[in-house]
Amino acid sequence: MDFQVVVLAGGSSKNLTPLVSKELPKPLLPVANRPVLSYVLHQLEQNNLKDLIVVVEGEDTALVVGAWISGTFIDRLHVEIAAVPEDIGTAGAIRAISHHLTAKDILVVSGDLVSDVPPGAVAATHRRHDAAVTAMLSSIPVSGPLDSGSSGGKDKAKKLGRYNIIGLDPGKQFLLHIATGAEIEKDARLPKHILRAVGQMEIRSDLMDAHMYAFKRSVLQEVLDLKDTFQSLKEDVLPYLVRSQLKSEALSNRTPQGEENGNEKVTSQNNQVFVSRILANSSTPSFHDHSSENPDGSAPTRKTHKCCAYIASSGSYCVRLNSIQAFMDINRDVTGEADHLLTGTSSDPNNNIGPSPKLGTKTTVGPHCMLGEGSEIGDKCQVKRSVIGRHCRIGSHVKVVNSVVMNHVTIGDGCIIQSSVVCSNVQLQERVVLKDCQVGAGFVVTAGSEYKAESLARKEK
Amino acid sequence: MDPRRSARTVSDPKVRQVGFFTPAAPPERSCSDPPRQQDLIQPQSPSSTQVNDHFRSGDSLSPVMIPPPPHHHSDTLHRTALQVTSPKTAFSYSARTVTIPTENDDVPSSLSPSRKVVAVKSPSSYPGVRASSVPASELTTVSVVNLPPGISEKAGGGASVEVQNDRPVRSKSLKEKTSKAERRAMQEAQRAAKAAAKAEGTKASSAATKVVTSANTKPSKAAKPSSQKNDGSQFAASEKKVGDRAPEKDRKKDAPHPRMQYDDTSRVEKAKKRAVVKQTEVRNRVELFRHLPQYEHGTQLPDLETKFFELDPMHPAVYKVGLQYLSGDIRGGNARCIAMFQAFKEAIKDYSTPPEKTLIRDLTARISSYVSFLIECRPLSVSMGNAIKFLKNQIAKLPLALSESEAKATLVSDIDRFINEKIIVAEKVIVKHAVTKIRDGDVLLTYGASSAVEMILLHAHELGKQFRVVVVDSRPKLEGQLLLRRLVRKGLSCTYTHVNAVSCIMQEVTRVFLGASSVLSNGTVYSRVGTACVAMVAHAFRVPVLVCCEAYKFHERVQLDSICFNELGNPDAISKVHGREDINYLDGFVNRENLQLLNLVYDATPSDYVSMIITDYGMIPPTSVPVIVREYRREHLWS
Repeated sequence: MDFQVVVLAGGSSKNLTPLVSKELPKPLLPVANRPVLSYVLHQLEQNNLKDLIVVVEGEDTALVVGAWISGTFIDRLHVEIAAVPEDIGTAGAIRAISHHLTAKDILVVSGDLVSDVPPGAVAATHRRHDAAVTAMLSSIPVSGPLDSGSSGGKDKAKKLGRYNIIGLDPGKQFLLHIATGAEIEKDARLPKHILRAVGQMEIRSDLMDAHMYAFKRSVLQEVLDLKDTFQSLKEDVLPYLVRSQLKSEALSNRTPQGEENGNEKVTSQNNQVFVSRILANSSTPSFHDHSSENPDGSAPTRKTHKCCAYIASSGSYCVRLNSIQAFMDINRDVTGEADHLLTGTSSDPNNNIGPSPKLGTKTTVGPHCMLGEGSEIGDKCQVKRSVIGRHCRIGSHVKVVNSVVMNHVTIGDGCIIQSSVVCSNVQLQERVVLKDCQVGAGFVVTAGSEYKAESLARKEK
Repeated sequence: MDPRRSARTVSDPKVRQVGFFTPAAPPERSCSDPPRQQDLIQPQSPSSTQVNDHFRSGDSLSPVMIPPPPHHHSDTLHRTALQVTSPKTAFSYSARTVTIPTENDDVPSSLSPSRKVVAVKSPSSYPGVRASSVPASELTTVSVVNLPPGISEKAGGGASVEVQNDRPVRSKSLKEKTSKAERRAMQEAQRAAKAAAKAEGTKASSAATKVVTSANTKPSKAAKPSSQKNDGSQFAASEKKVGDRAPEKDRKKDAPHPRMQYDDTSRVEKAKKRAVVKQTEVRNRVELFRHLPQYEHGTQLPDLETKFFELDPMHPAVYKVGLQYLSGDIRGGNARCIAMFQAFKEAIKDYSTPPEKTLIRDLTARISSYVSFLIECRPLSVSMGNAIKFLKNQIAKLPLALSESEAKATLVSDIDRFINEKIIVAEKVIVKHAVTKIRDGDVLLTYGASSAVEMILLHAHELGKQFRVVVVDSRPKLEGQLLLRRLVRKGLSCTYTHVNAVSCIMQEVTRVFLGASSVLSNGTVYSRVGTACVAMVAHAFRVPVLVCCEAYKFHERVQLDSICFNELGNPDAISKVHGREDINYLDGFVNRENLQLLNLVYDATPSDYVSMIITDYGMIPPTSVPVIVREYRREHLWS
């Protein structure tokens, strides 16, 4: 289908600091005991997209991620990994690999997307409109833990800051305006010329940019070449394209046609004009056509390009793992309501809930839980809505609620863990109480200590 | 209703009149027109057999201008016709068996039963290799990683065999392996590589040879125990490809008949199984039109979109056109035909004959699969049907000796020629003819948005003729507004009204120009729904009706009503008013058992209402359509 897929896996992430580390980069962060990257790759595989370019920040990270991919998706996917320097942003990453892009259109997917929206739908929308860029929008997921109301207020405040303002045309097909998080302070500026051309704009703030884009390659490369300062696809490139859609400056939308005609006869060129006029007249004109043509009806003088939106249907699941809260949410959803994301993904067949772990007497494991292979739980424990990784040893009288416990964690007797994330190789000694905490990999929590809403991590040496 | 019917049966038993008829049609249509027009109308009771006689006696005043056909071989028609039909039926068998031996030289002269297994396997292992051979080539540096895939794979170590195999599939530039010598060279290389692999590891080679020579019994089991993961999986992949391919071929073989009767449940079920596009049928359909396909609108597009990457055999350009048909982004006979041909052109340019196949047969099958996909998106228009017939015929006529690139170039130029001659030049000729019918002071009425009519009006305006245009439109498509917009912008003076008011506005009209989707051989004009109504009113007011239609849209079918062949649009379009939320009287009623919504797309205008048809062969009475079909079909389709 002449699409190239670029997965922006990223590397370390500041938002997830205690959880990710050199050894465990963000793409490999386990969500329900599977690296988050596997969700994207699996979905692409299901959609028959088997040639991928995975872009990873940092060479070491690339090695780790590459090793994991080759171990998991051997014989199933053809993956090429590109390492890019850190902190060059998503646009920089694309710029770094842009000379490898050859297909007509590029599908850019963020590696931290956990979603069941078929990428084909985005691509098809893109093709149908012959757009310069198509972005997938999805409704903002419900954030925060379901039952505990303690952190609800804080989350809400956080969410307010992440508002996206998205303007759509009445048909909900074209993006007219997009402003994300940081740009919005008190007032939003809307481009007047676009508003005038369309006549009507629907402003939505309940949609988020899912970071799955289809770009026309020529446009993307040109924008990246022209604008050296652009750092991020989401915050620079996309708004730029949306802003300039009615007066695209150097975007080669229609130039190639002229080149092709160059050596042909004049008559055939006339014919082409004729043909394109028939085609244009027969199709429903979008506002692009209206605004580009002069009032006296002569041929369009201004170039335009289309920025489309694909809005994921309300029933589909689509969340980005870009914060600790999102990490918790995804873990909860994937084991709970969105468990179809797990079924059939065969990267690790031992993902079922509790076949192999050894449970002590009077230990209860509630619904929506996941226990990894080889984990042992002592007597009289309670596990609710939690994910516990492989080869964990949990003592007696331990309560784990709404938490994520990764692999090889040792938890002493009498610990209480609530709404926390405990990374791999952590040792919790006896009677530790954690609430809303994040414990970095390899940390040792001394016996009897109590923490609330803190992030604990080993000091970097 | 009743009096009309009885009157008709009594007055003219000769002609079966179905559809729109005014009570007591005037015996002579005439007046308000120059005398030439009268000649044209002369054949009052059309019946196709008379046409010839009429022509022979053709009076000198007649505006019919039919040049004799350039070459006239009476029997070529039959011969070529045979040629066309034969590949359709036989392609699936012969293509394979003929060419096997040349491709599989390295198979140690296998027994005849086993040969069949090999034949299935070897071509399919080409694409299969691609996915399996390359264990995610992790290369840390940017520059090395994304070399053109054929090269980067070499880093994968012992995959040299696959690298050779890969190339033709992976890189597009290499796809056009033109000469036999080249192919042979590649085989040679493969064999060498295989030998090398044998030397390296006996395990691998044994697996490989097993794959190739394994007896006809159960090849998959034979290969599975092979310890080398690479080979096993490669094999599995290849197997899967074979699986994929069977249904694809199936689909090609029994593509839904374009005129399938959709009230036959068993057939509909069968068609559904094959269909690429998910088709949920609307439950409440009007009894008379139950044989036509009607699908739940809005379910098809999202479903097709999700499958975007899963339809391997579909070319992206074709896919795009299909999506555009489905979403209504492209409509109108000419535009759909051009869009389809441009997509096919892309597809042909990217086409490369798979090994062991001949271009003629494989490409025909490929085109057929595209066409059946397009039919699923939206039923074909007559113009597209004729164009497809033309293309398939051109493919069938390709000399066998032609090399692939030459054949492709020929086809592309054929397509260009078709678009040029049959659509572009035809329209220009139509405009030239039609403009002579426009005089100063005329009031011209048109319905809907026909590209030909638009061009006529614009051209007449450029010539400085003083006339007024009445654009009649109808819900739900309101295509007339688009036409109106373009006309007004060019400075024509226009009146816009809806079809309900046509009887009032008709009084001041002096000529009616209509477009057509097709003209059938009994002179019936098949066009956007509402055309018949306009033509009938014009006839009642004795206003001449001129239909502009390119000759490639003519069809030899005879149709008396608009029931047996038609298309059903989205019923929601008529039950809701766009932009008027307050008109919601039907909300909640749409799914009632006793409510049936009918949104017809086309209707048939009887030839009685048509004064003249303007085609690229001149201005003809509707009774002369069969002549054009007979004389020129041969030229432009079978020549």
